[in-house]
Amino acid sequence: MKLVKVYVTLKDSVLDAQGEAIKSAINTMGYKQLADVHMGKYFELSFDDDYAQLDQDVNAICDDLLANPNIETYRYEIMEEQ
Amino acid sequence: MKFAVINFPGSNCDMDLYYAIRDGIKQTVELVDYRNESLEGFDGVLIPGGFSYGDYLRSGAIAVHAPIVKEIIRFANEGKIVLGICNGFQILTELGLLPGALIQNEKSCFICETVDLKVLNNQTAFTNEYQAGQIINIPVAHGEGRYYCDEKTLEDLKINDQIIFEYQQNINGSVAQIAGVTNKQKNVLGMMPHPERAIEKILGSDDGLKLFQSIINYQVKVNN
Amino acid sequence: MTEPTAKQIQTEKLYQQWGLTDSEYQLISEKILKRLPNYTETGLYSVMWSEHCSYKNSKKVLRKMPNKSSRVIAGPGEDAGILDIGDNQAVVFKAESHNHPSAVEPYQGAATGVGGIIRDIFSMGAQPIALLNSLKFGPLKDGKTKHLVNEVVAGIGGYGNCIGLPTVGGEISFEDCYEHNPLVNAMCVGLLNNTEFKHGTASGDKNLIIYVGAKTGRDGIHGATFASDEFTDTKNKQRSAVQVGNPFIEKLLMDACVEIIEKHSDWVLGIQDMGAAGLVSSTAEMASKAGSGLILNLDKVPQRETEMSAYEMMLSESQERMVLCVKPEFEENVLNFFKNFELDAVVIGQVTTDKQYKIYHHEQLVTDIPVDSLTEDVPEYDREEKQPQRMIDDKDYHFMPTIDSLSETWQKMVQRPNLASKKHFYQTYDSQVKANTLVRPGSDAGVVRIRGTKKAIAMTNDSNSKYVYLNPFVGGQITVMEAARNIVASGGIPIGITDCLNYGNPEDPESFWELDKSVEGISSACETLDTPVISGNVSLYNEYNEVAIYPSPMVGMVGLIEDIKNVTTSAFKKAGDLIYIVGQTFDDFNGSEIQMEQLGQLKGDLRVLDLEKEKLHQDLIHQAIEKDLVTSCHDLSEGGLAVALSESAFENNLGFEIKTSLTSAQLFSETQSRFLVTIAPENQVVFERLIQEDFELLGQVTADSSYKVTTTDETSIIDGSVVKSNWKEAIACLMKSEV
Repeated sequence: MKLVKVYVTLKDSVLDAQGEAIKSAINTMGYKQLADVHMGKYFELSFDDDYAQLDQDVNAICDDLLANPNIETYRYEIMEEQ
Repeated sequence: MKFAVINFPGSNCDMDLYYAIRDGIKQTVELVDYRNESLEGFDGVLIPGGFSYGDYLRSGAIAVHAPIVKEIIRFANEGKIVLGICNGFQILTELGLLPGALIQNEKSCFICETVDLKVLNNQTAFTNEYQAGQIINIPVAHGEGRYYCDEKTLEDLKINDQIIFEYQQNINGSVAQIAGVTNKQKNVLGMMPHPERAIEKILGSDDGLKLFQSIINYQVKVNN
Repeated sequence: MTEPTAKQIQTEKLYQQWGLTDSEYQLISEKILKRLPNYTETGLYSVMWSEHCSYKNSKKVLRKMPNKSSRVIAGPGEDAGILDIGDNQAVVFKAESHNHPSAVEPYQGAATGVGGIIRDIFSMGAQPIALLNSLKFGPLKDGKTKHLVNEVVAGIGGYGNCIGLPTVGGEISFEDCYEHNPLVNAMCVGLLNNTEFKHGTASGDKNLIIYVGAKTGRDGIHGATFASDEFTDTKNKQRSAVQVGNPFIEKLLMDACVEIIEKHSDWVLGIQDMGAAGLVSSTAEMASKAGSGLILNLDKVPQRETEMSAYEMMLSESQERMVLCVKPEFEENVLNFFKNFELDAVVIGQVTTDKQYKIYHHEQLVTDIPVDSLTEDVPEYDREEKQPQRMIDDKDYHFMPTIDSLSETWQKMVQRPNLASKKHFYQTYDSQVKANTLVRPGSDAGVVRIRGTKKAIAMTNDSNSKYVYLNPFVGGQITVMEAARNIVASGGIPIGITDCLNYGNPEDPESFWELDKSVEGISSACETLDTPVISGNVSLYNEYNEVAIYPSPMVGMVGLIEDIKNVTTSAFKKAGDLIYIVGQTFDDFNGSEIQMEQLGQLKGDLRVLDLEKEKLHQDLIHQAIEKDLVTSCHDLSEGGLAVALSESAFENNLGFEIKTSLTSAQLFSETQSRFLVTIAPENQVVFERLIQEDFELLGQVTADSSYKVTTTDETSIIDGSVVKSNWKEAIACLMKSEV
């Protein structure tokens, strides 16, 4: 079993409205040192087996569904599932 | 009675609630800014629907840190009337004043509909004007209104008669079709449907009026 | 990044990449500036002289539209138009298209379309009260289109629901020509509690220019800097040109702007939304309108990103931003006022008298041009026109449907996506927030009452591009008249319109002819109804692989209901009520839904529309409603009488029994100027005396949901509950079905 952890975040140039609202909430809670918050999405994809095309497939899944390439970027890690 | 309608940044049903009190049951009502630190002089607190802080992170999660919240907690603990509608319900569960949580609707999209609710408990400050088992017609408008709690909590809710309103059709996938619950003391009610939108027949229903009238009845009894 | 020099821009013709032509560039450098414009200046001209900002291709046509009536307080040229509705109140409205952004990023494109149109309304000082939208997509057959539809609908709902404005009406239709070029048009209606308003002007020497709202990023910047390759290989790019909406900030901005204008009118001289072409468009227009000049200091502009160039800051389309012109003595008041709403507000410049537009960046003067040259000196084009060949070829073609089984045809028609229930989509919009909505989506027009008065506002968005495609002039007339019938059927009188003119490439003579002729049609209908065109927008170049969309004017009409007792809906109310059709029915099948169903294509010409007869029928229906004769009223449009009868029967699960002098086919005819009306039996004589002619008593409403229909061809009994479930489920089924 392979576990693929995918992290989708907004591109740096895209307004992160949620991140900004959360940041200002944390600041008002008294944590003045906090400079920035970015919010993203996290996915866990499990594959039955490792296979030659795994990377290619994960990229395709991210490009076509999990991330919107116009505003988002993603990275992923592949690991053994326990 | 004098009611406070709490205005968080992003609340958008505050005026609807304000008019429901002022014009519907003809009581005193004031909008109270979230930065205020006192609810001195008020008899009841109403937390309106909307999207406090954009509902970013989780619905209601950020509002919990506003200055006024301490006073809402004091109010609840002193047994005074606290009513949270829609986003107000979400805030009350985030605060822990009500059990459970509200998560994304089963079909994951926002739903605006007028639905049938069953009044399960008519012995409360909020429902004494209704008949037990009465079906009332109240609008809903939410994307994150699916009530969730674990089995133990559900058991407790049932034993204590804390489930006040039940959907006749489970529009959002709520546990036990729950549309509204109170705390154990039954002075705090949270509900996803909008009784303040059902105050006048010309708007489709006036079934919500009795909820507000119930509060007056209750208060009169308490005061005597 | 090093910016190209003025000389490089000239010799390498870089201005062409920004859409300026050689002759436009020459006009700027030789006649206006008498020197070469630098990089920033070239950028400003290119965006201000674009069709979107200047209407250089469409101006000549737009002038044909009537924009005066006794109600008009403000017309085209302001952020939105204003109409007097009596009692010192006014209604403010505008529609705008967001087609291209929605094709690129459907959720954000649609959401920011809604956000932008709301700002246009509150920048007039009006409290927004309702939203509408008109959407057009390709057929619901592939996953890509379904995704697009879902995202656009979610974006519209996401923004409107969050900001807390009810979406009370709209339309969605599906045709092949929109597959790669969807149309997303949104309208906002606002209420002004006085009949004065803040002009979007910047006047008075040394008065301050104040920036309010969200920070500026590189959102929506087009041109050659990076966007040209943005959508070809985006995967590894960290830059995005897509503007993202923040409805939470807009809610604060809306509440703040409405309040400052209402309570502190003396502080604010002018206010304008930063929409398309952001800072440059808003400030240049404000100064130009007032005959002033401006100095802006870009170092003061709140910025979300680092190292932005002057060009990028001036052209950024970051959302949720406004510009105010304020007297210096009120600076502190205004800044503190917005601070209390937790909004950024900073002074970024001041008004001057020299009519020059000067911009400083990093303490350097990066722009120094006549302010009027941005807004006034743009050349106006007179494009070549040619009647489309198809109109000449198919002029005498008349489509006649074949009805083998009325029942079967009936069932099929209600499942056509253009006719089936759109509840699947509109139930995701909050239509009731603010607790003023009297008629929610699903009837003819949305109706919102004005709290504290007897009045209500009826509003509708309509377009039927199939008709416009077959005959742009008549199609344009029909678009207005169908909107008007929706208003009248709801109990209102039409008082004005806004429009979104969605067309193909104006440099194509056939496309331009379509634009010109349909605008003439719209204008003639508006003159008949005395409904001026008080605002609107133009979206040209809607095409894919050089195939244009159907000419698609969208009309957003507003009507006044003087007394909420007149509010009428399309639903049958009671068994026993008499059913009438008002207006004659002919064999009008060209451009109809049944033509698409049976022939699979649009073909033929349209019947000439008798505007006077149309107006007469609307007036008579209005009188009947005012006299309390009418229990339900429905405009007859797409799908004809059969579809209208069904729609009226659904809500209260009623049926009907009718006997008509029409043929079975004519039940699907789309002849204009018709209404379906029910009245209580005791009012028969009064009603018929009022209407006088051109009506037929069809039969009556029945208690069970069965339809008993006798035409000149046959008698059919149709199971209405099956019709209803087919109509109700059709869209959800299509959206769910596998690719």
